[in-house]
Amino acid sequence: MDSKLIISSSPHLRSNEDTSTIMRDVVIALLPATLAGIYYFRLGAIVVILSCVIGAVLSEAVMQKIMGKEVTINDWSAVVTGLLLAFNIPASAPWWLGFVGSVFAIVIVKQLFGGIGHNFMNPALAARAMLLASWPVQMTSWVTPGPDAVSTATPLAIIKGAEAVGVAKPGILDLFIGNVAGCVGETSAILLIIGGVYLIYKRVITYIIPTYYIVTVFVLTFLFGGFDMMNSVYHLFAGGLMIGAFYMATDYSSSPVTHKGQIIYAIGCGVITTVIRLWGGYPEGVSYSILLMNVAAPLIDKYTSPRVFGEVAK
Amino acid sequence: MLLSFKGGVHPPHRKKYTEHIPIKRANEPATLYIPLQQHIGAPCKPIVNVGDKVKVGQKIGEPQGFVSAPVHASVSGTVKAIKECPTPGGSSLCVVVENDFANEIHESVSPKGDIGSLSGQEILEIIKEAGIVGMGGATFPTHVKLSPPKDKKIDTVILNGAECEPYLTADHRLMIESPEDVIYGLKAIMKVLNVEKGYIGIEDNKPDAIEVMRKAAQNESNIEIVSLRTKYPQGAEKQLIYACTQREVPSGGLPMEARVVVNNVGTAAEVAKAIKTGMPLIERITTITGSAIANPQNLLIKIGTTFKDIIDQCGGFKEEAGKVIMGGPMMGLTQYTLEVPVTKGASGILCLNKKDATLPEPKNCIRCGKCVDICPAFIQPLYISAHSLKYNFDKAEEYRALDCIECGSCSFICPAKRPLLQSIRVAKREIVAKKRKENK
Repeated sequence: MDSKLIISSSPHLRSNEDTSTIMRDVVIALLPATLAGIYYFRLGAIVVILSCVIGAVLSEAVMQKIMGKEVTINDWSAVVTGLLLAFNIPASAPWWLGFVGSVFAIVIVKQLFGGIGHNFMNPALAARAMLLASWPVQMTSWVTPGPDAVSTATPLAIIKGAEAVGVAKPGILDLFIGNVAGCVGETSAILLIIGGVYLIYKRVITYIIPTYYIVTVFVLTFLFGGFDMMNSVYHLFAGGLMIGAFYMATDYSSSPVTHKGQIIYAIGCGVITTVIRLWGGYPEGVSYSILLMNVAAPLIDKYTSPRVFGEVAK
Repeated sequence: MLLSFKGGVHPPHRKKYTEHIPIKRANEPATLYIPLQQHIGAPCKPIVNVGDKVKVGQKIGEPQGFVSAPVHASVSGTVKAIKECPTPGGSSLCVVVENDFANEIHESVSPKGDIGSLSGQEILEIIKEAGIVGMGGATFPTHVKLSPPKDKKIDTVILNGAECEPYLTADHRLMIESPEDVIYGLKAIMKVLNVEKGYIGIEDNKPDAIEVMRKAAQNESNIEIVSLRTKYPQGAEKQLIYACTQREVPSGGLPMEARVVVNNVGTAAEVAKAIKTGMPLIERITTITGSAIANPQNLLIKIGTTFKDIIDQCGGFKEEAGKVIMGGPMMGLTQYTLEVPVTKGASGILCLNKKDATLPEPKNCIRCGKCVDICPAFIQPLYISAHSLKYNFDKAEEYRALDCIECGSCSFICPAKRPLLQSIRVAKREIVAKKRKENK
């Protein structure tokens, strides 16, 4: 034998899927909602999306160079983070806001903890929390969709009655298609659901986290919101629940890997979201609920190890 | 109804190259290297000397110990040497036989009767003397499997015709071409174990084999041909038992603790042959396939024929080979040389071209949880692997590394292309070594 044969330990086959195909699928799933955001919020949305994505990809490349690591921006994960952050910022925000947020998400939350797979929180959500704490005014200046954007309140703020008293709450159909005030990408429930179903179909995510999260919010807002079915439906489509349940809570690194753990985690997200929405100081609770459950994920994983095949039930 | 287990993956089948090609007898080589260890357990002691004449079916290796199996000459000729040679599993003492092409059958080879007239004990003795071992690749001596301790009651025998490994079609062809041997062997095994119920599990990507076997078994009321969902590792022993009987083999336990004994269809056919003709295990069906091989085939090969001889008979390599594997792509062993002989456990010779043989670089684990999702043993490969890579073997044991069945599904599915099984294997070895030390 002239040429050398390769020796390796089995298996000798690998699936076609890799990190970049998964992340690219997430970007594809987010595209409809991205286009809807641009349609509803025009130039503002474009500016926010571009600054976030460019900020994320650029800071990932620079940070990895500085740390002497392989630059992995072609795995699409930074694009996903940037896009998700953009979805969580109002279209009226100044261009630098998204950029600063993306740099924070990538440099502090992702790379300093070891890069992809090691972030203990969802980077986009952590950045959103940071931005909200640092620039509360810019982060809550909502505008109406359409060409002549005027200041308004979000549907959840309206039903909470915290501000903008007297403004009529938008109809459920507008809520469903996203023709309401809110962050760039969170408003169109239907397009986010379509993207989410695509991700489940492509086996990027499973149904577990989104389903348990959404159902929990529905049941709890029904039980504690005065047994009003319409009110509960309103809670599902208003605010960031859809984007949170399908795209944020399902972040691989910051959610549990076990089945049972994912159920507990998703129900926990639903409980905290409802508590904040109904009784908390904020009108919206999706991001904080996910961040809190992110931190609990390792603990949940630890206590929900599955029963091993052939293990006798105790 | 399709039976199955929980978990598992869907690797590409890649069986089309050979699944419709009838089994052909391979040409005999001039020189054969017959290893004295082709089974799990103690190696055999050579009972021939250099210069001796041997005949087909003559015993040339005497087992030492109960967990062992005798080795027989697969051709007639002269013993040229008895020396250490490379084998697919590493190396072993081999009896090198120069073929005289006279094909003289040894006197001991004669029909042994019929299962109707033979007692279970007699059949067991025939199996033992024929050197039959698990032909699926594990090569565990069959007579040991068929001798459970007195206190273990066995009520079911399952024949494994799943052939869940991609590329391999040897069992598939065997079932289509010799279904009556498979049934006969199963009946013999059932008689040895005094068992009433027999299953033959076949994946549903082999509908022709299922049909042929059903026809062959139509008069056997206690033998059921079950069609299994095509999913890897459907043919893993514990998963197959679960699919057929819904019983879980206890963690760390043997199939007999679920009152089941599993054998490969190839093993059963070999049992039938040993009873009907008296010929011991001296040849086997092997699938020679893969992207680097010119003419993929299913060949009936004399034990001791080198891979090189066989590959040459299949037209050689059509492009440079990157990997030559004994067995399938999921659990097979890569070979560093083609001078190794075909052994009793060689279900396939898989030759991959450079492209197929090159695996992608591992990246960071993204914690997608797919390995946990698909693990048929219900363990958490990502955590065991992470602990193993940090030499934290105690933690790996806590995460139940020893329950891993080494099917490789986790490494297959991993989008970050991490060497999950490879690192779990390291942990298993370390844990077992430590246990052994502690018990000393």
